[in-house]
Formats: sequence, C-alpha cells, structure tokens
Amino acid sequence: MYDYSARQTLSVRVEMIRQVRRRRTAVAFAIVIALPLIVMLAVKFGPSSGGGGLADGDFDVFGLMASGPWNFALSGLLFSSAFLLVILAAMFLGDTVASEASWGTMRYLLASPVPRRRFLVIKVVVGLLLSLAVLLALVLASFFLGLLAFGSGTLASPLSGTLGAGESTVRLVVITAYIAVTLLVPAGIAFLASVSTDVPLGAVGAAVVIVIVANILDAIDALGPIRDFLPARYAGAWSDALGPVIVWDQMAIGLFYNVTVFAVLVGIAMLRFERKDILS
Amino acid sequence: MGLVVALLPAGHAGAVSGPNPVTIPGGPTSASDPTLVELSADIYLPDVTPAPAVILAHGFGGSKESVADQALDLAGAGFVVAAYTARGFGDSTGTISMNAPQFEIADASRVIDYLSGLDTVQTDTPGDPVVGVAGGSYGGALALMAAGLDDRVDAIAADITWNDLESSLFGQSAIDADVPGVYKQLWTSFFFSAGLDTPPGEADLCGRFSPEWCDAYTYVATNGTLTEEMRALMRQSSPASLTDRIAVPTLLGGGQADSLFPLAQLNANAEQIRAANPDTPVKVVWHAQGHDGGVDESERLNALTRSWFQAYLADGPAVPLDFEASLTSGSALDVRESASVEILTSPTYPGIAGESDLAVAVAGPPQRILAPAGGVPAAISSLPGIGGVGGLLSLLGERVAPNQGAGFISEPLTEPMRIIGASRVSLQVSSDVERQASLFVGLRIQTGAGAFVLPNGLVAPVNVDVGPTPTRVDVELPAIVADIAPGDRLIVTVGTTDQAYRMPDEPAIYTIALAEPAVVTPQVVMTTSAQGLPLWAWPLMALGVCVLVALVVWLLRLRVKGASSRPDLAGSPLVVEGLVKQYGDGVRAVAGVDITVPRGVVLGLLGPNGAGKTTTLRMAMGLIRPTEGSVYVFGERITPGAPALSRIGAFVEGPGFLPHLSGRENLDLYWRASGREGEPYFDQVLEIAGLGSSIDRKVRAYSQGMKQRLGIAQAMLGLPDLLVLDEPTNGLDPPQIREMRQVLRDYAQDGRTVILSSHLLSEVEQTCSDVVVMHRGQVVAAGTVEQLLAGRSGEQLEDVFMDLVGADHEVNAGPLTQGDR
Repeated sequence: MYDYSARQTLSVRVEMIRQVRRRRTAVAFAIVIALPLIVMLAVKFGPSSGGGGLADGDFDVFGLMASGPWNFALSGLLFSSAFLLVILAAMFLGDTVASEASWGTMRYLLASPVPRRRFLVIKVVVGLLLSLAVLLALVLASFFLGLLAFGSGTLASPLSGTLGAGESTVRLVVITAYIAVTLLVPAGIAFLASVSTDVPLGAVGAAVVIVIVANILDAIDALGPIRDFLPARYAGAWSDALGPVIVWDQMAIGLFYNVTVFAVLVGIAMLRFERKDILS
Repeated sequence: MGLVVALLPAGHAGAVSGPNPVTIPGGPTSASDPTLVELSADIYLPDVTPAPAVILAHGFGGSKESVADQALDLAGAGFVVAAYTARGFGDSTGTISMNAPQFEIADASRVIDYLSGLDTVQTDTPGDPVVGVAGGSYGGALALMAAGLDDRVDAIAADITWNDLESSLFGQSAIDADVPGVYKQLWTSFFFSAGLDTPPGEADLCGRFSPEWCDAYTYVATNGTLTEEMRALMRQSSPASLTDRIAVPTLLGGGQADSLFPLAQLNANAEQIRAANPDTPVKVVWHAQGHDGGVDESERLNALTRSWFQAYLADGPAVPLDFEASLTSGSALDVRESASVEILTSPTYPGIAGESDLAVAVAGPPQRILAPAGGVPAAISSLPGIGGVGGLLSLLGERVAPNQGAGFISEPLTEPMRIIGASRVSLQVSSDVERQASLFVGLRIQTGAGAFVLPNGLVAPVNVDVGPTPTRVDVELPAIVADIAPGDRLIVTVGTTDQAYRMPDEPAIYTIALAEPAVVTPQVVMTTSAQGLPLWAWPLMALGVCVLVALVVWLLRLRVKGASSRPDLAGSPLVVEGLVKQYGDGVRAVAGVDITVPRGVVLGLLGPNGAGKTTTLRMAMGLIRPTEGSVYVFGERITPGAPALSRIGAFVEGPGFLPHLSGRENLDLYWRASGREGEPYFDQVLEIAGLGSSIDRKVRAYSQGMKQRLGIAQAMLGLPDLLVLDEPTNGLDPPQIREMRQVLRDYAQDGRTVILSSHLLSEVEQTCSDVVVMHRGQVVAAGTVEQLLAGRSGEQLEDVFMDLVGADHEVNAGPLTQGDR
C-alpha cells in the first residue's frame, strides 16, 4: 500500500554519516590520538627520561611504559579509562538524542516516520560504535606511536614478567574489550538522560556527574556492600588480565554488571521515549 | 560475587550486649614478682544466656579491640565472648613472655576461672565452664597451649601460628639438618618492635618485653646465633612442647601467603596432635591469606570458626573434618580481596608431603654463584607486611641481584599438574672455603607465556655446612597449592641472598648442582567445591537479563485502543475525531476537535496563537499522544510511527536541520532516513527552496528565511499526498510569501492536499480554499472560505473571525501550553 518500509528508515549507515561529520566527533578522535602523542614525546624527551634504573625498589612506571608498544598502549588505556573514555562514551550516548531534539530534527525523523524504538536502537548502536571506535583509536594510536618511539618490546608487567608478542596482543585485546564493557554503564546513564532532556550538554553532564559521585561513594569504605552496586567496583578488573594467566572471574562479574545495568537503563529509556510527547 | 552476597540477607540478628569492659586478674607478673597482672578484657553477651563461652586472643601487637568484630560475630551466634588484651600489651599490665606457660597461658586459665564464675556462662561442672579458645598468630599459639595445659578448654581454633618458635624464626628447610636455620631478621625485628610501644621520645631497649626475652632478642639480633639457654626459652613458648596433650576438637588454619609461620608449622601441629591423640577431631585448612597478605578469606574463616564452636560447644551441626585447601588463581594484584579462590577438599589430611609423589625431571649444569660480602645486594622474595607484592619484588630482585642465583629447569609440561604441599629437591653444594652457607631455594613456574611466578613469593631457607667437597642437601620447598598448566616449566632456583634473612658477611662462591635430576612434587586427590558461580554463568546471566529486558520492553510496547483503520475514511487525507489533549497540569490544549479535510484542497487552520493548532498538527503527525479521540490519515489511524505518516510531508514549528551539514546533504540524508522508496523529486524541491548555490553551504550559515524555505522543501520531498505546514510564511519576505502561496496552490492541483496553519487571516484568505477556525482548543467554524463569508456580504474574513471568537481574541488569549509556545 505504501512505498514505505519501516525497516528502511534511519539505517546505521545513515545515522553514522549524520554523526561522524560533527565537530565533537572530530575533537574526540583528535584527543585520543593527541594524548598518546604528548605522552610519548614527554617520555622520550622529557627531563626524567634517560633511564637511571631503579632506586630503592622504586617502581619505574615510565620505564615500563616505554618498554614497547604493548606497554605503551596499555598505559594509554590506563590513563584514560577512568575518566576520558567515560566522558567520551557519555558524550556519544548522551548527546545523541538530546541534540536531535535541540536541532529540531527529531520531530521530522519521527514523523517521517522512523519508528521510535528503531530510532533509539540505531542511536544506541551508532553511539556505541563511535565509543568503541574512539577506544580503538586510542589503543591503535598508542600502539603505533609506541612502536615508532620505543621499538617492539613485548608486554612487560611487574606482575607477570615478560610475555611473547602473541600473548601480549591477546592481553591487550582482552583489556581493551573489558574497558569497552565498563563503558556501558556510563553510556547507559547518559542515554537515559539523553531521552529525558532536550539539552545535550545536560545529558552528558548528568551522566558524568553520576559516574563521579558513584566513584566517590566507592571510595567510602563505610558504605560496605552498597559499593558492590557501583560501577567503580568492577572498573579495575581488567588488571586481572596482566597476571601470569588471565583470571576471568572479576571480569565475568563486571561484564554481567555492566551489561545488566546497561540493558535496564536502555530498556527504561525505550519505555519512556515511546510514551513521551515530542514537544521539541 | 559481592553483588550476589549483597543480595543475601545479612547474617545473624541476635541482640548482643557488649563490649562490657572488665579487669580480670591474671597469673603472677614474673618469677620474682607474685603480684597478679591485670588483664583488660571485654565481655560480650548473646541474647540468650547461659551460653557457652569463647575466649578470643589477639595477634602480636594487637589488643582486645583488634578482635572486636569477630567477638560481636560470635556473640551474635550465641556465645559469651571474652576478648582480653594479653599481658604486656595495651591496657593490660605485665611483660611479654611470648606465651610462656607460667605467664600468658596461666593468664588464660585465670580468664577461664573468671568465666566459670559468671552465671551467664554454661558450665560442665562447677568451676569448669563450657569454653573454647580462638586466636590467630600469637593468639593461635595461646589457644593451642591453653588446650594443652588447661583441661577445662573444650575446643580450640588456632590460625596462622607456630609450632616451634625456633624453626619459625630460624628457617631451616634442609631435611634432617643438624645446624640452626637462617635467621629471619626482618620478621623478628618487626615482632620485637611491635612490643616496644613506649611513648614517643622515651625509647627503651626492652619496651614491654620481659628481661629474658629482651636479652635473648638482643643477643640474636647482634650475633645471628642462638645459645642453648635461648633454645630452651623458645621451646617452652612453643605449642610443640604441649601438642601431645591436646585432646579437644582443634581447628587448625594456616596461610599459604605466610613466610613467617609457613604451612610447615601448621603441619607439625596437626601431625603431632594426630600422633598423640588419633581420636581428636582435627580439621586442617590451608587458606590463601597469611602474614604476608594473600587473598582475604577472613569471612569464610570466621564462619568456619563459628560453626566449629557451634558444633563442639553448642550441639550445632557437625562440621566435616575434611582437609580444605584454597587454590588461588594467580590474580595480577594479589592484594585485591576479590582474587578468585577455589576450595579443594579431601576427606583426610594428607600431610605436607601429599598422598603420593610425582617426580618432574629438571636439568641444568653445575653453576657457580656468588654470596656477596655483607649479604647485599639481596634478592627480595617477600617482605613482612608487604607480601602482596611478592611477585613484583621478586622480579625486581632478579634485576638487583645478578649472578647470585642458579636455576634448574624442566621441559614444558605435557599434562596439567597440581601441587598440593611441599615439593622436595636434592642438591649438591660445594664452596671454595669451609663455611656455613645460607641458601634460598625456590620453586618457580615459568608460564607458557613466558612469565615467571614464584608462588606466594616463598623461598625455602637452608643453612648447611659446606666445603670444597660437594655436600648433598635435601630441601623441603615451601608448601604451595598451585595449578601448573601444560606448556609451563618448573624451575628450581637457588639464591644466596634474601632481604628478609640474616646472611653471612664473608663473601664466597658456591657451586650448585643437582644431586637428583628431578623435583619431587606432592600429589593429593582433592575435589573442588568452587565458591560462587562458575565463570560461564555470568555472561549467560547477562544475556538472560538482556532477553528479559527486551521481553519486558516488548510486552510494555505502546498499544492504542480502537480500530487501527477506518476504510470509510480512506478517501480523506485527514480526519480528526473528538481530539483532546490534556496536559499533566490540567490544561486542555485541544478540547474536542473534529476536522475532516477533503482531498485536493488547501485548508487553512486559522486561530490565534495558543488556539491548539500546533498541538493538533503534532497529534496528526504522531508526535503527541491524544488524551482522547483519534486522527486518521487516508483511513489509517495515526499512532507514533504509523506507516500512514509516510504519506504526510510536514513542517511544524520551524525548520530542523543538522547544522554541520549542507542543505543538500540534509535533504539527502532525511530522504534516506525516511524509509520511502520512489522518486524524491530533488530538483523540483530544490527549486522551491530557491537557495541557489547556498544549498551546498552548511546549514549553520543559513539565515532564518533560508532554513524556513529549506524546511518547506524538505516537507515536499517525494511530493507526499498530504502536506502539513505550520506557519510556513514566518520569516519570509513579501515576494517569497507570494511565491510560496503560488507554490502551495499549485501543489494541491493534482489531487494532493495542503493543510497550513496560520494566525494571519490574510494568509488563509489568499492561499486557502477551505478554512477551519480554532479558538481555545476548539473548532469554532469550518468550511470553504466562501461559505464562511456567505451571508456576510461586504464583511472581511477578519470581521467574521472577530464575530466567531468574540472579544477575547487577542494574541495569547488562549491557554498557553508548552506545545503551543
């Protein structure tokens, strides 16, 4: 009857084109590529370099970082996982719906009509893909900058000695994947905020504030078991992939926690959005 | 795992009274001073008394407060708990005699006397209370020795403690050695300084130690050797001297992460009790913590202690006497309490040498290694209080101590193996000069990935007299519980230094070779009782949650009551029936609107701002859900995302574009996102927009009028059957307005329909054939423009409008709602 098919509305491809040309996308990628570059230059040419060796059992973080591309990529992840990547994921998921509302494009898409659920699914998928792309850009940029600057030394960990190239790569992949998983909770919070407001920055800010508050709460021992429900509890489990063997337990629990919280948040977002009067 | 634990209700709920501070008179102060020491104690009472009692003894350097948590826990489980500060510590008087029978152990008996006098404590016979003793480390030795000396003790639980003080402080892992072991300088000094708690600025050589122990320490720390007198002193303070008299149920815990009182000490206690009184219930637990840190299992161990006393003091359910060993997967950060622990069990305690042996061939040439002058630089295997970073330090140790180690390596294993207990290896050691050599033998694992692991950072210290003729040394390696994977290699390492020990000052070169080309590993058949959920359960549960959420979201999908299509209305582009929109605050933006739009007309929706025009149009587009009534487009009910919406081209409340893309890209992407097939008529539409070359500039740079025209062009993409335009001429200049009117009239020529809303009468009059007048959310008039003017000859539409809406027609007179802003 119609020359219209709901399945052909807003595809991932079209949404990707709509999002990637945005300035914030370019800035996000620029940051994750510039960051390892700056660190690399600092480690290579900074005043503290030159390898004085270890004194009094000091743990030579920078020496370890410069021991090869795997270590350098790992340190890049370590420096950015707690905050930078969280903010970027919150940005990609937080502003995605709210910015459409503020531009006024959302009402035209929904009336064209893009089914509301499809609209959200595509938004989530593209937001996650962009977050993942930024994470991968960070890892790959650090890796190749590390390779360029420090040669091809394989993963050296104070806890597991030195690993071979293949094993180092496996570890790096596992850690990257787990960090991607831990970004799900901030992403989910941001997404729920995004469907609840027309102010893009408000959604991103709300997500970041919630994550920061959760991290502060996590630091308060007196809260006891309440802390088991906070994301920070599971954020560091990737370090279990640095031992002599990979210990999966905590990462498995972290996966469960993050996926569960994300699914619930996105579910709530969908139910809310579907019943929402689009007034933007 | 914590997540699941947190979901369970928190333990015992008994109302506990305590701590109630009391002072209990202990034994005599010293051999020469019969004054009784005053023991500072806390009594905790359960909600039901009389009850059996438990005495809690603290570790070295602690006080009754250090066991307060466990005391509350036990009191909550129904025990009267007496936690007291040992003599020489905290508020208790007296001096430290390292659990001497006539002093500290006598104190424990006085505490039992005290308990027997309490009517809250259950008694066996008058003066003999039902009482257990529990403690760790210093307190553990007290528990063992009290059980040996005072037969009123009914059950004990002793954790991470010593069997023999001399072999604990002078590590000797050479089997059948006849020389004292290597002095654990660092641990001993830690111990001693914990007893020196004098006020700041008032240092004292002996602190609160008794003169005998102070002298002994000073001698040992100065000379690194022992006198017979001191050996006797230490023997007196060792459970080893009393284990043959222990005949009460004994729970023995030992830590795998313990370089101070290694599992060999626990093993000696267990074997001695078993040999002397084979019928005594003894349960042995090799847990994953210890003086070096390790993995925190205190929750499990406290629970075990609780059920142990419930079983033997309070007729609780029996505790299986299985041997339990914790298998720790090598977590990267040992200090993390969350490292994974698997509990292995075996019905009987096999002893430290295991049930059977498995020899693994190791090989390597004889190696000459240096014992450096002064014993430095020294390798670091584990350090008191920082044991958790043993792995880290051992790696650094290898970097700071070159050529001080020999190694003998196996081929990569072809089958997985598990070591539970102490392995043995035999070495040939010779030296250039006659002397006593201190060696540190370790069993390292080189993983297939190339990492070196020294389980728990433990090495076996060996003191042996050597000379140019090779001496055979049989070494008992530290007891471990470890899985070794196929592809891993075992490496026996022999070092000459270790930071934690006192080593000979004179330098020497030793030659180390294997006496037997194998390391003999202990094997025990044990079954796994994993704690928590298996690994695969978590991703599966995550998947389950996703499915559940998807199901809930699907079940709660929006359903609209009533028929989804009305064939009788199929001929009409838009039919609005009884439409009401009431917002949460009670404002009715649209209050019962009925409109029927015939095909091929240009219909004007006329009304002042706030009349409900935009809200009506938004409901027609499925953006707002009507409170009541419905909208049909070509007979199809409009709901959010209804396919019929694809036949509408809309422009509502101004344009909406991606500012970072050009006008052309915006239209292109909008069309691609709309899910419509067929011809978009880009060229015609762009002509209507009339943007010229600006169409390829970013929308961010457009003027309001340009965006407006682009917005109308977007609505016309694909030339939809129904075009809905909300205030289309806002922001256009007069020539453009005139042009737009023509465009709209032309658009309706071939059967298409246009609805435009406006608050300008002239607009509607000049563009539209039909008109619907709205005011305050209701339709006040509808028909053709001619009909509306009929019978009012000479009157302008303006006058008619005034008549219709009355006096309160002014702008914003209607309800101001969000939707109409």
